[in-house]
Amino acid sequence: MQATPLLIVLLALSAVAYYLGRQRSLVVAGGRIRNLHSLPSYYGVYTLFWCGIPALVLFALWMMFQDTIIQGLVISGLPSDIQALPSTELNLFMNNLQNMVSGNIVSGEIDETMKNAAAHYQSLQGYSSLILTVLALVLAVAGILWARQRITPQQRTRNSVEQTVTILLILCSTVAIFTTIGIVMSVLFESIRFFQQVPMTDFVFGLEWSPQTAMRTDQVGSSGAFGAIPLFVGTLLISFIAMLVAVPIGLMSAIYLSEYASSTVRAVAKPLLEILAGIPTVVYGFFAALTVAPFIRDLGTMLGIPVASESALAAGLVMGIMIIPFVSSLSDDVINAVPQSLRDGAYGLGATRSETIRQVIIPAALPGIVGGILLAVSRAIGETMIVVMAAGLSANLTLNPLEMVTTVTVQIVTLLTGDQEFDSAKTLAAFALGLMLFTVTLILNIIALHIVRKYREQYE
Amino acid sequence: MNETTKKNTMDIVKAKLAKRYAREQRFRAYGIVAISLGMLFLVMLFVSIISQGYGAFFQTYVKLDVEFSAEKIDPQGKRDPEALSSGDYGNLVKESVRQAFPEVTGRTEKIQLYKLVSSGATYELRNRVMANPELIGTTQSVWVPADDDVDMLVKGHIDRNLPESERRMNNQQIGWVEKLENAGRIEKRFNLVFFTGGDSREPELAGIWGAAVGSFYTLLVTLALSFPIGVATAVYLEEFAPRNKWTDIIEVNINNLAAVPSIVFGLLGLAVFINLFGLPRSAPLVGGLVLTLMTLPTIIIAGRAALKSVPPSIREAALGVGASKMQTITHHVLPLAMPGMLTGTIIGMAQALGETAPLLMIGMVAFIVDIPGSAFDPATVLPVQIYLWADSPERAFVEKTSAAIMVLLGFLIAMNAIAVILRKRFERRW
Repeated sequence: MQATPLLIVLLALSAVAYYLGRQRSLVVAGGRIRNLHSLPSYYGVYTLFWCGIPALVLFALWMMFQDTIIQGLVISGLPSDIQALPSTELNLFMNNLQNMVSGNIVSGEIDETMKNAAAHYQSLQGYSSLILTVLALVLAVAGILWARQRITPQQRTRNSVEQTVTILLILCSTVAIFTTIGIVMSVLFESIRFFQQVPMTDFVFGLEWSPQTAMRTDQVGSSGAFGAIPLFVGTLLISFIAMLVAVPIGLMSAIYLSEYASSTVRAVAKPLLEILAGIPTVVYGFFAALTVAPFIRDLGTMLGIPVASESALAAGLVMGIMIIPFVSSLSDDVINAVPQSLRDGAYGLGATRSETIRQVIIPAALPGIVGGILLAVSRAIGETMIVVMAAGLSANLTLNPLEMVTTVTVQIVTLLTGDQEFDSAKTLAAFALGLMLFTVTLILNIIALHIVRKYREQYE
Repeated sequence: MNETTKKNTMDIVKAKLAKRYAREQRFRAYGIVAISLGMLFLVMLFVSIISQGYGAFFQTYVKLDVEFSAEKIDPQGKRDPEALSSGDYGNLVKESVRQAFPEVTGRTEKIQLYKLVSSGATYELRNRVMANPELIGTTQSVWVPADDDVDMLVKGHIDRNLPESERRMNNQQIGWVEKLENAGRIEKRFNLVFFTGGDSREPELAGIWGAAVGSFYTLLVTLALSFPIGVATAVYLEEFAPRNKWTDIIEVNINNLAAVPSIVFGLLGLAVFINLFGLPRSAPLVGGLVLTLMTLPTIIIAGRAALKSVPPSIREAALGVGASKMQTITHHVLPLAMPGMLTGTIIGMAQALGETAPLLMIGMVAFIVDIPGSAFDPATVLPVQIYLWADSPERAFVEKTSAAIMVLLGFLIAMNAIAVILRKRFERRW
């Protein structure tokens, strides 16, 4: 059976289980609810859990590992000369095989071994889904029967159901931890493999980035250079331009909105500014590439300054626009958290509003504002679509905002989209860049969140 | 002595007063300028996209007099669907274009001429014949889509004053189009294909329906996973979790995940879901899984805020009449917190709908013409479609991209409006 219908059948069986369990409890109680320890619906849920949980767990595990196991079996069933191929060629063979099995176009010609292997593959797939269907259904039905015959009026069903629910809640709350572990593991392992091929010092301190590895050993100039400094510099340059736009505008808007604006202006302007935060980044990317970049280039031509058509300035400017609401809403929260007594004290001494803001409120709110700006920086560093669409592809070690630079995120995207073989240094380099990106943003976030939290405690 | 000092202080203060007021005014002006700049950017963004994109909702059509000759469509005359579908409709189109311009005879000129009509005209004719085989043997006036270059010319995006070599259409082709225009054979019609078609290399045949369906499946997976898990986590952390190291670790983790760059989630999806578990590339299922992990922090944080805002008296009353802790929460606290949780979920879904970068990592950038039929089929999503079109060189795709952005923004605005209404309607102040 296909996965989706099986899932639907399992869910339907669970619903039946609920009904059966509930009926059973009424039967054992002789139709009088007061004889039961728990309400009838608890017996229903109890049966449902017994029916659904084991079968669904089996289903999920099967789905996760079936392909890996089937592939292993197919490979071990291949003739020994193909098994002895180097891993890249074996991968290619398996890819072709998968394409053939799923009815896609196959590159290269189809020989007898391939046909046999494909038949083997298909029969294994058939067995796998058959076994899964039978096992899952047997588990579900057995669960119902087991739970049903255990139902007695004295059984403390509510307690056990509630305990199960609590365990489920705890499991759900660990998803966040598993996500973090998953991220760290996935980028770390591939990075380690990358650093086995390219020394870490070359990567972190190298000045040249051209991630092309040679197809043939005698090729010239394509040994691949993995020096990430130009990428870091490009990322920082664009982020810096973005902050130059976002911090003054965001901060001043926040100050105006929280200290000067009437409540009507605030009610209109704040949501309007926040629309900027809700616009997808791909839209900003399009805006940067098609409107802002040509505008800046034409402006440069008019003034006689050469500007690259994919200048860092355009990408940074638009990224700044995107981050304005981020800075302004974080600063707004922080400024509002400054106690009114501080303002009243300053006014009482005869300070004007702007003097109060500059000499009392901003210093008081400074830690929070800095935290917010750090969060914004981490956001700018990790932003992808704007730079993919509006910044350049080739690495260029420069600080001139009118030239073309590339960033870490752009390189990750270019290295991992399109044709890829998973073991080349080129692909692995993307994971190493991902590790850098994750580490830097993580550190920035931890510092920022720490500062913001400390600051909040101060005034609470 | 004392008196003069006092007077002096007052003088000093007064002398400075004008300057201080001026500074006050300036500071205030900076604030107004900052807000106006923000608004200006917003307006510029919308104006540039709408002005570029509204044209894509209309498409240029050409009227051709097509002779549905039996020899070309169905030489055997059996009229069975298989034979009908393999008829030489391309030839019919060429024939009718030649008829419209009998004076064109040269081979190169003819090729130029055929380029005026979209390759979609062939399918249009075939569909008509398949739907109504009676047409065979008759001559009909049929409106077929024009080529994207003609479309651009009619909409005024090709400058007729440029030198011929810099234009995508030569003088002769423009002449033909003008002739057609004068004969009333060119018309702009509502572009239904844009809303019902899948992706295509030909701008005039490209539509967003495939991407929209892909987005729908992706969001369905995301919602089905992230809402229950998010609510469960929020309930656990807010109502059950003891204050200890473990809970702290979970909380710090959630806050950090909310700020991890989205592309890193894409790397996770590639390494874990695709390479480790062997799930299909480009499938909405994998996209949904990745987006679930991304939106969970948003939903959890909103859910916790909603649970916090339910006053303790509700819990105490429920416990007081003998409800268990779990009953208190499921019967009383959760229903009261639900509007807030739903608001958070909708906002999370809106974010997921606009997300592009992680989906590029898991292969949802493939060129896919078919409309996906389930969460396991290869698909793309609206923002990725926008990215793909933005990369295409044809001028007509600029228009399509902007129009697709308008559709995407329309969905986002609708979702956020629902969230705002939900909040306004059900928000309770205790």
